[in-house]
Amino acid sequence: MFGWLERNPFFFAVGVFVVIAFAGLIEIVPDFAQQSRPVVTAKPYSLLELAGRQVYIKDSCNACHSQLIRPFKSETDRYGMYSLNGEYAYDRPFLWGSKRTGPDLHRVGNYRTSDWHANHMWDPTSVVPGSIMPAYKHMFTNVTDLETAYAEALTVKKVFNVPYDKDMDGDGKVDVPLGSYEEAKKRAFEYALRVAEETKRQDLVDMVKAGKIPEIVALIAYLNRLK
Amino acid sequence: MQNPAIEYDYTVAKWFSYLAILFGIVGMGVGVWIAFELAFPELNYVLGEYTLFSRLRPVHTNVVAYGFTLSGIWATWYYVGQRVLKVSLAESKFLQTIAKLHFWLYFIGALLAVGSLLIRYTTSKEYAQFEWPFDIVVVIIWVLWGISIFGLIGIRREKTLYISMWYYIATFLGVAMLYLFNNMEVPTYLITGMGDPLHSVSMYAGTNDAMVQWWFGHNAVAFVFTVPIIAMIYYYLPKESGQPVYSYKLSLLSFWGLMFVYLWAGGHHLIYSTVPDWMQTMGSVFSVILILPSWGSALNMLLTMKGEWGQLKENPLIKFMVLASTFYMLSTLEGPIQSIKSVNALAHFTDWIPGHVHDGTLGWVGFMIIAAIMHMAPRFYKREIYSKKLLEMQFWLQTTGIVLYFSSMWIAGITQGMMWRAVDQYGNLAYSFIDTVTVLHPYYTLRGIGGLFYFIGLFMWAYNFYKTMTAAKQIEKEPQFASPMAA
Repeated sequence: MFGWLERNPFFFAVGVFVVIAFAGLIEIVPDFAQQSRPVVTAKPYSLLELAGRQVYIKDSCNACHSQLIRPFKSETDRYGMYSLNGEYAYDRPFLWGSKRTGPDLHRVGNYRTSDWHANHMWDPTSVVPGSIMPAYKHMFTNVTDLETAYAEALTVKKVFNVPYDKDMDGDGKVDVPLGSYEEAKKRAFEYALRVAEETKRQDLVDMVKAGKIPEIVALIAYLNRLK
Repeated sequence: MQNPAIEYDYTVAKWFSYLAILFGIVGMGVGVWIAFELAFPELNYVLGEYTLFSRLRPVHTNVVAYGFTLSGIWATWYYVGQRVLKVSLAESKFLQTIAKLHFWLYFIGALLAVGSLLIRYTTSKEYAQFEWPFDIVVVIIWVLWGISIFGLIGIRREKTLYISMWYYIATFLGVAMLYLFNNMEVPTYLITGMGDPLHSVSMYAGTNDAMVQWWFGHNAVAFVFTVPIIAMIYYYLPKESGQPVYSYKLSLLSFWGLMFVYLWAGGHHLIYSTVPDWMQTMGSVFSVILILPSWGSALNMLLTMKGEWGQLKENPLIKFMVLASTFYMLSTLEGPIQSIKSVNALAHFTDWIPGHVHDGTLGWVGFMIIAAIMHMAPRFYKREIYSKKLLEMQFWLQTTGIVLYFSSMWIAGITQGMMWRAVDQYGNLAYSFIDTVTVLHPYYTLRGIGGLFYFIGLFMWAYNFYKTMTAAKQIEKEPQFASPMAA
């Protein structure tokens, strides 16, 4: 049989394909619908948080930080409750990472504050002596691309039915509003101003007031949301 | 049976060889740089935000995997393909054009794609960072290669496909399937007409995205770092040594075994994550089974040298290839060990993982590509290899580099894993996270030095290749087996 296959490249290729495709079919496909169910408390990211998440991705924070707390005592002691499947339902892409050059961030919102993050990203060793993380000063001057974040939110709402503008918990109120770009932008600026004030950095507050959200503010909004 | 009438066309094989050398130097240069950044963080700021670790890390992985390795794979394909099928590219104007198009589109695409990473365009998925327009370019490049493979097969004289061909075909199919499914993404601009046209959002969310990503990620390793490299060694080792492949049956078992088993093992990247438990277990179990086909190929190669071990002393190219299969064995034993759940609990997220990756890539992939290109050089240019001594020096320097690399990362990884879980007498965590970082400084430094050794070796390789091309003694006819070398 193998000798025959080796003289008939078409059937050889078909054979190889069937053999390699097999595992994916068995492993991935059956659980697909099951795995995408959100836990009750999971909510889509607001516009500013989503913009911050894009900053996180743009600067590849996931190259050094995981967002996956494994179910060991040593991990739950250090980072908090272990991660649940349904918490990731609105994460496109997932950001589990594969290497902890720095600590896990899945629940960093529970134990760090906006001003801590601002100081840390400006000069990591000022708050963590011995840190090998570099400073990300360009985030303090780069302006957040809210429009692309809105495009992403609208895309996932339209294509994947992510529940923006919906009453998810049945209390009669919309949980995560998105609305038009103008509406969403207005809310993002209000949110950004709160975060900027929390950082206790006047330059950030001034930038927001001048109509530009620095990337660091969006990123901090995202990090605070990780709980 | 020799057919002296065939004049093989090595144009594109040569081009891809140059590119492999170029991308090797660039990609590993970046690697050395970021390795030292971990030991000496000031290096992050040399070129402002463009040299930040997080910016350069994807540049390093992509240039090495898809620049150096793919170039090496294609350099050998455009050489081996013609020879084992007994047909010259020059016999088909069409295939010749496709081959050139393949090269140029790849070269330009690679430059643009890497540029896009430097200016922050990334999807964040490891080894699949490129945004959607580049993914489309990758697909076109891949289709061109497919046309080249099956076109050449279509006009072949040798009816039976040699083992290397099996592996090239599998590489083509495997990467095509994996890449397509993992890069399913929706360009947000096309849906909303707003924002950045290059931005896209993944079709899969959360845990599903992770499953698809590591099914891809692990098997990108399979079909870029393993399968095509086996294609190479099955051709170059018997050719260089003049020995027949030890066992046809063993190559059959290893090939079909590898094809079936490899894909299941992706789950070992997700042990103790939120993917279903049975999948983690399958990933673990199949990773252990994977030792069989992996060692099958490696042993088949080592046994090919049976009775001819003297060549190991005489011929540095044999040294490179034999050590490559040995590193392949080491790496394919280490991987399954790390996939065992209790070991994974310790090793995951630590430096032991990059350590594992690098004994595979530097030792197995790198050495095999270096040997393949140096074997081809005398056949490309009808000249002797310029310097055997330089090749020997390169071999020892790079081997030392690899050993420094993986041993320092073993220690670093296990140290860090143990410190993360260490508790004091009251059961409280014994170390804060930063303690587990500062302790690694000496190992990060050693690793950087190991990488530097390997990197210097690349320049020796480039120089030797260049001199072979331009200044070495000419030979009258193509060497049949061992490549001729000047002392």
